[in-house]
Amino acid sequence: MQIPYEVQARPDTGVNNAKLGIWLFLASEVMLFGGLFAAYVFLRIGADAWPGMMMYGTEVMAERADEILNVPLATLNTMILIASSVTMVMAWASLKMDRFDRYKLYMGLTILLALGFLVVKSFEYGEKFDHHWYASTNNFLGVYFVLTGLHAIHVTGGILVNAYFWGPGTKLWKRGTARDKAHFTNRIEVAGLYWHFVDLVWIFLFPTIYLI
Amino acid sequence: MEEGHSHSDAHSAHKEGFWRRYWFSTDHKVIGLQYGFTALLFLLFGFGLMLLMRWQLASPGVEIPLLGALTPEMYNQFGAMHGTIMVFLGIVPLAVGAFGNYVVPLQIGAPDMAFPRLNMASYHFYFWGGVVMLSSFFVPEGAAKAGWTSYPPLADIETMGQTMWLWGMVLLITSSLLGAVNFIVTIIQLRAEGMTFFRLPFFVWAQFITAFLLLLAFPPLEAAGFLQLADRLLDTSFFLPSGLVTADGPLEVAGGGSPLLWQHLFWFLAHPEVYVLILPAMGIVSEILANNTRKPLWGYRLMVASLIFLGFFSFIVWAHHMFITGMGTTISAFFQVTTMIISIPSVVILSALMITLFGGSIRFNTAMWFALGFLPMFGIGGLTGLPLGLAPTDIPLHDTYYVIGHFHYVVAPGTIFALFAGIYYWFPKVTGRTMNETLGRIHFWGSLVAMNGIFFPMLIQGLPGVSRRLFDGGLTYSFAEGVIHYNVVMSVSAFILLLFQLPFIINFFMSIKRGRKVEKSNHWESTTLEWSAAPTPPIGHGNFATVPTVYHGPYEYSVPGHESDFCPQDVPVALSGSDTAKSVES
Repeated sequence: MQIPYEVQARPDTGVNNAKLGIWLFLASEVMLFGGLFAAYVFLRIGADAWPGMMMYGTEVMAERADEILNVPLATLNTMILIASSVTMVMAWASLKMDRFDRYKLYMGLTILLALGFLVVKSFEYGEKFDHHWYASTNNFLGVYFVLTGLHAIHVTGGILVNAYFWGPGTKLWKRGTARDKAHFTNRIEVAGLYWHFVDLVWIFLFPTIYLI
Repeated sequence: MEEGHSHSDAHSAHKEGFWRRYWFSTDHKVIGLQYGFTALLFLLFGFGLMLLMRWQLASPGVEIPLLGALTPEMYNQFGAMHGTIMVFLGIVPLAVGAFGNYVVPLQIGAPDMAFPRLNMASYHFYFWGGVVMLSSFFVPEGAAKAGWTSYPPLADIETMGQTMWLWGMVLLITSSLLGAVNFIVTIIQLRAEGMTFFRLPFFVWAQFITAFLLLLAFPPLEAAGFLQLADRLLDTSFFLPSGLVTADGPLEVAGGGSPLLWQHLFWFLAHPEVYVLILPAMGIVSEILANNTRKPLWGYRLMVASLIFLGFFSFIVWAHHMFITGMGTTISAFFQVTTMIISIPSVVILSALMITLFGGSIRFNTAMWFALGFLPMFGIGGLTGLPLGLAPTDIPLHDTYYVIGHFHYVVAPGTIFALFAGIYYWFPKVTGRTMNETLGRIHFWGSLVAMNGIFFPMLIQGLPGVSRRLFDGGLTYSFAEGVIHYNVVMSVSAFILLLFQLPFIINFFMSIKRGRKVEKSNHWESTTLEWSAAPTPPIGHGNFATVPTVYHGPYEYSVPGHESDFCPQDVPVALSGSDTAKSVES
């Protein structure tokens, strides 16, 4: 039993199944992060001071977010993620041009950049813990840890998917028929859409949490 | 990201092992049945919790066999878990997971769902979500006690059962999201040739809109669930205001959070969820009414338009659950207006179904009786909801038994009747045998009377203001004095309802083995593809011997001049008055 439109686009809708599926999934992800951003706005509007007080204290923790959070590291991370989005597109384009060796290179780079993002992130978290600043310290840090933490989980998921397509997943391409190659290229496009979305979430997180 | 399915042809050829065939199946029909059996068991379990509560309410402090006298903590656990299990583990999986999975691909002429392995994953997430929920009864101090709505601050400082509840919900939400993506892609991409959107059976439309609601409304609850998990596990205070004092003294948290935030996020899901509960039911009833009145649905396009309108509007009515939270009169005014507007499309659909009956030559089988029972019962449920949608009348009624009566009318003799109707209607499709009509009628009439015996007194009790949260049924509550005796009526009715489910359970299992065999594939002489094009009962993987082509709309019954009173969608005859003919005229 063959499911129709797994590889080829359906003529009247113009997309294949997986591409429509990933867009719908991303719509639900927009609602997930939308809910979290809405919660952030709601809490911030209701707060007396933001970033707010130290726990149990009357001492103001900081006047501005950038006195608590490390903006240079986050800027570096922004650039790393944007670069990884570029390499992801290059990986897909390489497949379109039937250059599998280039695909391996660019996909490998995407994975390494994503790992780099997580390493930088862990330094950032470590710095907070050294100051004894935790999610429980106040709601500013709570929002910071939960939102960036959930984003980091999405990055990790992306790394796992991309690593699969860098390693064992390439079997499909190596079968070599035109249909298998088109199928594999579609998968990389779908994985790419997810990866760009994860990138985009960070583009929203960076200014809203670190800068304003 | 699905693997090619070239290998599955080989599967139908050789015999698969039990686990592969019934547990890790990727066939939508098997998965539909998995959902169906699991959900029916959860419905029975949730019903059992309610019976224990009703036993306690009718005679407070009574010794219940095996359990002893209920403690208030146990009562609260049963209450919270009854709601959670019925909504998230019983009705939605039965309406969407079981009926949607089984029937939608067949009705649109598809070989399977678009992503068969994702479909399997949905069921397994649902199953383990259910296991987590059930096992929370056995952790120290028992399951969640903060109600199915899990309002903080109470839910934030609850015992471990609440954490289990949240993890269970995360699994169930994941299951729903995967399922919703799968349904939408299947309906958009896998329609057979000629199956345009306005030739989709109304049931498919209902599932389509439902899937959008699940896809877009559930994630904010998942977000809220993560925030509550952080509150409980990382000691954040997203939902905890400053200066909160409990029985153990001041809470040692940073504070500055807002309990109202949870309510907004929760009801942003939970109002669309109400439509998730009711739309598939309307879909099932529509199929059965058209089939058994032998008439086209009246106003099919109008009904579809109402459905789409309901879908959109259900996202902007959520705060009518929150009139007494002090969120402000301006916001209340907005949500009252949207709430009154959203009642219109529901009335349109219900009226269209009533008009469909008019002038029909009705076949009264059990499925039809349940579908007919749905109409007035859902009507009562809907009409009793109007006073709750307006702040001035909601304020005295809020949190009383009136609210419980209202939504149980919608969901129990409403949705559950429709689901029973669906079981009686599609049973021959699945098994090739019919269910017993006599036992079916006993089941219907008994359930109809018993359900009204349970839920109507709730409306009466609620009007003087009896709170829904009383462990002793109102013994110590002066508002309840005049109406407390109804507790006995309701509890007796609840046990009578249990009694009248026995004919159903017996009928269900007996008919699988011994029911009368159907004489032809299209047992109900229906027009939709699941009966006309696919074999009854279905054989293994794959739905159709040859992929059907669709020539006209879904409900071509009693077409003048046609030799029989039904004209299946895949039969190529020119019909005067059908939608194809109309489109030629215009």
